[in-house]
Order: sequence, then C-alpha cells, then structure tokens
Amino acid sequence: MTSILTRRQSLLLGASALSLFCCCPPGRAEPHQYDLKPRKLTNGVWVTRGSDEAIDERNGGAIANVAILDSTEGAILIDTGPSRRFGEALMALAKELTGKPVVRVYLTHFHPDHMFGNQAFDPAILAATQGTIDGMKEYGNAFSDSMYRAVGDWMRGTELVLPQAIVLGAPEDIGNRRLRPLLMRGHTPSDLALFDEKTGIIFAGDLVFLDRAPTTPHADIERWRVSLANLSAIPNAMIVPGHGPTERGIRGIEQTSRWLETISRIIADAFDRGLDISEAIKLPLPDWTTSIALARYEYERSVMHLYPQLEASRWPRIDERG
Amino acid sequence: MSVLSSYNIVRLAALMLTSVTPTHAGVPDEAFKSPMWETLSERYFGQATVVFDDRVKVTVPPIVENQAQVPVTADARLIDGVKKLIVFADLNPIQLALELEPIKAKAFVAFRMKIEQATPVRAAALTEDGVWHVGGVFLNAAGGGCTAPPKANGGVSWFDTLGETQGRLWQEKDGSVRARFRISHPMDTGLGQGNTPAYYIEKVEAKEAAGTTLARLAMFEPVSQNPTLTLVVDLPRQDPGLNIDSRDNNGKIYRANLIAPWRQSRNDQPEGSLSAP
Repeated sequence: MTSILTRRQSLLLGASALSLFCCCPPGRAEPHQYDLKPRKLTNGVWVTRGSDEAIDERNGGAIANVAILDSTEGAILIDTGPSRRFGEALMALAKELTGKPVVRVYLTHFHPDHMFGNQAFDPAILAATQGTIDGMKEYGNAFSDSMYRAVGDWMRGTELVLPQAIVLGAPEDIGNRRLRPLLMRGHTPSDLALFDEKTGIIFAGDLVFLDRAPTTPHADIERWRVSLANLSAIPNAMIVPGHGPTERGIRGIEQTSRWLETISRIIADAFDRGLDISEAIKLPLPDWTTSIALARYEYERSVMHLYPQLEASRWPRIDERG
Repeated sequence: MSVLSSYNIVRLAALMLTSVTPTHAGVPDEAFKSPMWETLSERYFGQATVVFDDRVKVTVPPIVENQAQVPVTADARLIDGVKKLIVFADLNPIQLALELEPIKAKAFVAFRMKIEQATPVRAAALTEDGVWHVGGVFLNAAGGGCTAPPKANGGVSWFDTLGETQGRLWQEKDGSVRARFRISHPMDTGLGQGNTPAYYIEKVEAKEAAGTTLARLAMFEPVSQNPTLTLVVDLPRQDPGLNIDSRDNNGKIYRANLIAPWRQSRNDQPEGSLSAP
C-alpha cells in the first residue's frame, strides 16, 4: 500500500469535513436500503433478481442475480452482490427465508457486482476458485474505487474480503443438498457455474446473460463460447443466469453465444477495414439485438475491450527489430 | 450539441459583423465554462484570432471504459489548409496531448489519451491566415488515468518490448492512405507513484520512401501507453511504403516501415474500403 490516500478515503475525509460545516440536508440522513425481492423458483431455492441496467447511483450496483438455497444444514448463497450493505441485507433475507444461518457462500467470479457483499460473511465459509481469488486480489482495489465513484454512498464501509475456501471441482454435500461445481472460463479467466443435483438447476453466473447484453472487460470470447457449448450439453431443469430472468431451456446460453459471435464479428470486421475505435463504436447492430437491454452500451464497451487486443495480436511487426 | 452549435453560430456571426480588437477576439468565451480556458487559450493561441468552429470535430466514446486509454479522434478535414492541429484536455494535469502538422496529410488524428477527470477535450486547427479554429466535446469521466501507473503488460516488462511497432496501411476512397500503428512504449507521465520520471515518445514522423515528411506529430505525456495512432497521408501510389520514425524524450530512436501494397482481406475492396468522412 502507498501512503497516498485512496480515492475513497479522500472522499470519506471530504464528506466528514463537509459535515462539520453543514447540518444534514433533509432527505439525505436516511441511508440507501436495498429492497431485495426474492422469487421462489422451487422448494428451497430463491433468486433475487438484479436490475437489467448499468451500475449507477439509483440501483446501488444491484444488477446481478443472487441465489439462496435452503439445506438441512443451513442456507447456501451464490454470489454476494455489490456492497457490504447488500451483503448484510442478503444475509438477513437468507435467514428469514430458510430460518437458518448461512453456512456456505459461492462466488461465481471476481467481478464487483457479484462479490463486494462478502464482508457480511465469515471468510471461512466464502468459497471460490483460485482463479477468482487471484482476480479479486489483482483488481479488487481498482473495482472498489470505481464502484465508489459509480454508486457513491451505497458502498459506504465496503472493503474487499477474500474467500478462504477454494473450490477445486469435487461436489460438495451441504446437509441434504449436493452441489456440483462446473469450472469454466471465458467471461473471466475463471468462471464457476454450479449444478444443484436436488433440483437440476444450473446457476450459471455470468457465463449466461439473458435479455441483457453480456459484459466483456475480462472476456476470452472463443473460450466463453466453448464453455457455453459445454454448459448446454448438461441436462437441466432451469438456468439461473448471472443477469436476466431465470427460465427453463437454454435460450440464455444460445442468446449469449449468439451475441458474442455477433459483436466479435462486427468488431473484427471493423478492425480489418482499418476503422479506429471511435468509428467502430458507431456501427449498427443487427435488429434482433434491439430487444436486449443495454445492447448498444455493452457493444461500445466491448469495442474498447477487444480493439486493443486485436491491435496487439493481429497487426504485423513493422519495426526494424521485428 | 445543438446548444454549442447555435452558440458557435452566434460567436462566428459576432466576429464577422463587429470589428473587435485582436486581443478580445483572441479569447472568446466558451460553452463549457472551463476555468482553464483563458489560461490555455493564451498559452496555445497567444494573440492570434480564435473562433469556435463546428468543422473541427472531436470524437470521444459515450462512456469511459478505461481512463488510461480513452479513444480520441480529432478531425478538421472539412477545413482547407490546416497547418497544425492540436489536441488538449482542459482539466488534465498536463493539458496538451499532441500536435499534428499535416504537411502532406489530412488534418485528422486518432489516438488514446489518459484522462484524469471529466473535462472538455478540444482540438484546434491553425489555418494559413493565422486563425485558430477550435472545436471540442465535454468528456464525462471520473478520475484516475493520469496518476495511476500504466497497467502491467501481461507480465512482460515494457523494457523487453520497447519500440516494437505493429501496423497496417489502407487506401481511402479518395486515394489517400490511412496508416494505423501501435508503438510499444510506457509513456510515463512522471506524475505516477514512486519516482518514475516522465518517459514518452515526443516525436513521430510519417515519411514517404524518398524521405519527404508527410505528417509530423509532437506527442506529450497524456498520450496513452503503447501509443496507437491513425493518420491519413497523401502517399504517392507507387510508393513502396510509409516510414514511421519516432524519438522518445531520452533520445532513443525508433524506426518502422508500413509496407504497401495495401492489405487485401475478405473485407477490403481492391479500391478503397473506407468511406469518406
């Protein structure tokens, strides 16, 4: 760590300095509260649905789906949401729904909208792949800064908490429930999907998006599509995507794969034609994408993610040493 | 940008209709209410006449995905006889990003820059009559780009790849040649953590085989790590390629050659694949 104040520390200092001079303005004293509305999928399985939006000050970063499972031993969670406050609300909700404490929390990957609620739980019950833990270590502080900037007070008191249990691939029996981890990658270098043997539900994390455009800041698109093909081969009762509605069938898998194929082709074509990023960003998307939330927004972001990779990997060397 | 446009028209009309003193004309008010505008226009334009001109276009993405790599395009191709095109961001710790002299080239440059916070990003084109034509956009961004150390290069030390250059040429519909290239360089601002001094490529020249310089770029600290540039030059049709000669502020020289003929791909038409602006 450096001696320089992090951005959020200086924000906090600034905020407390301000409070010395002004009384709390009316309406600002009440802290933001996440209104978690669980939907019951089947006996003992609930999902709190994220909003199909970009992370912003109104939604407090609660854009990802989070699952709650009951077991005879205790509650099981899949992902913890964007902030400490969300994690605390989630813990209370799990206890209310199951009547038991949380005994296991899986993190599907390292992105901030899925793991900054970790703080509400004992790190010993937080479980993730080594790749996810490595990603949290590498990007956690940068994510923290950008989340504080994007959603403000919703993040108050949030710190990065690393899982202490490592998911290796063996099924885990928790009470009367057996969860089979599916270790994949493509959305990030390490993505964990979970198959619940009791119900046949697949919790896909961000390998699957449905009616909400996929995000690609750490994506390997070819690998992602291979993972999706593998995922579609597993018979399932329902798929809970990382973002979007839970459905029977594999529409989410197919749509995610089609989106990735579509945008990577548009972007690679633009690159081949010599367009710069600012030109590629303006290209039209096919009509079928108009029903997908944030299609244009995520396409623009993906151009900025993928273009530098193409420039570094596809252009020939032209220097004297090359 | 309709507010800006009508504002510009008023500004231009006022300049045409009234006889204003050169000093007054030199620093017109501007639409972004930037606290730096007066200082910067004095610094870059001195006593010259300055007009806001919609023909100078700056394009930035609607969202900032990475403050250390914000794509910026400055395009003054609609104005004839541009001698110099400069790009600066008012509220960056170091404002001036680059200066292009389009000797035998279009008044066009695309690159990526570091952005510290939300700021106007402006381009100014100097024409032969000594007038600066200024355009710009307001970029919404939260800070971090300029003081954060450059992101690790996939575990590879920048030193191992220093000066490696990659790129390609394309032919535009009007016969001019588009060069896109990327030079591996840390482009340290000197403002980051630790004692890393400023270390950046300060000069890039695009030359035809005979040695004539077609475009000259002066670059400064705000240009992103591994500068990735798009230029449009008037390269003679028979020319074997475009030489890219660069120099960093430690005096190190980098040479590269973008080879003609233009790359043919399944997407490239034989006769130009790019639409005119």
